[in-house]
Amino acid sequence: MNDVLDVALRLLLVFVLFLVLPLLVGQTEHKVMAHMQGRLGPMYAGGFHGWAQLVADGVKFAQKEDVVPSGADRRIFQLAPAVALLPYLLVLLVIPIGPSESAVGQQIDAGIFYVLAVMGVGVLGSLMAGWASANKFSLLGGLRTAAQLLAYELPMLLAAASVAMAAGTLSLPGILDAWQWWWLPWQLIGAFVFFTAGLAELQRPPFDAPIADSEIIFGAYTEYTGLRFALFLLAEYAGIVIVCGLTTVLFLGGWHGPWGADGLGWVWTLLKTAILAFVVIWLRVSYPRLREDQLQKLSWTVLIPLALAQIALTGIVKVAIQ
Amino acid sequence: MPKPTVPVVDHTVAASYFQSYSVVGLLAVIGVLFVAVAFGAGRLLRPVVPTPEKLLTYECGVDPVGEGWAHTQVRYYVYAFLYVIFAVDAIFLFPWATVFAAPGYGATTLVEMFIFLGFLAVGLLYAYKKGVLEWT
Repeated sequence: MNDVLDVALRLLLVFVLFLVLPLLVGQTEHKVMAHMQGRLGPMYAGGFHGWAQLVADGVKFAQKEDVVPSGADRRIFQLAPAVALLPYLLVLLVIPIGPSESAVGQQIDAGIFYVLAVMGVGVLGSLMAGWASANKFSLLGGLRTAAQLLAYELPMLLAAASVAMAAGTLSLPGILDAWQWWWLPWQLIGAFVFFTAGLAELQRPPFDAPIADSEIIFGAYTEYTGLRFALFLLAEYAGIVIVCGLTTVLFLGGWHGPWGADGLGWVWTLLKTAILAFVVIWLRVSYPRLREDQLQKLSWTVLIPLALAQIALTGIVKVAIQ
Repeated sequence: MPKPTVPVVDHTVAASYFQSYSVVGLLAVIGVLFVAVAFGAGRLLRPVVPTPEKLLTYECGVDPVGEGWAHTQVRYYVYAFLYVIFAVDAIFLFPWATVFAAPGYGATTLVEMFIFLGFLAVGLLYAYKKGVLEWT
């Protein structure tokens, strides 16, 4: 009976976090972008600094008419947002936030492998949307998404493999148990590669050529309205949380901190994740969009060689210290 | 959680393995329910006033020309091949990564690793020489 309650509580907590954290990132983005661009941002909804803006947006989205173009592949078109969103929920389950064994939704032995495999599914949502819309902009967006996944999944895999080599395990809590502070400089290249590739998989600026609103309207999401569009947005922000959380766990030591790791482990995890999320927003404000060929070039000629170099470095150091 | 009792005692490892993934399955069910409830509630809340103009494909406000499912030249296929090659490598990379520094391996696996990286690097260099990685 206790087991049932335990699992139920965990699932509930993961689910609530999955709905709340992306909203926090979204609200932060409103405010950070506004300050960086010298403007106010949303100030009215809810009274205090527009804190309820995203709730208001949600209400607005729920009231909008759901338009499925007559030329579209109806079922696929309607299912796509769910396919884009749900993988991130499943990944959130296995990210550990604290040092104790119970501070993770569910321990999975092949953690890294599971995470990378499930995250890859999310891109299918964009592909389905792009194809099913029967819209030229959407099709272009969908194909760009596919090309971007092909290019950036690899450096991401290789960088993650480097951490697995260092820790000798694929389990995320296991990696954190093995983590030492000097892994920071040791895995620095890998961290850069992983975070950059993660950003590219989220199609966030500067890697937002697949949804470039000024050239192909909104790519795969051009035809979406109301709730389904809102789910795509939620998927984007959940993706930010996941990529930042994973970078924190794999490369920045997760719950390890200079002091107070015993009681405050979860604070360190959340703090590091929040800082990375801030960086994601910062990049959106400060970098221009990369062109499609520049995107491919960056991955194949910079990130993949860097990731291979990181694996070599990890291997040498690991064998040398044993 | 009510789960079927495992008759043979030696299967505890496998049992806990499947148990951890059954929690994943439960969460997936919750997620699907969430989406279903959201779509269902949305159906009740939103207006439904379709007009032929609304249902047109959006192409910057003018009537769409031709079909959306147009023939496109797929120039990405070379990368798709490259990707598959690398991805298959990656599957073998992860199990290897967990044991390569285990006692008794050390230098041997390190040499193996460099051979592996050498193959990848040569492949990438070959693609580069062939001009596959040029886009202009």
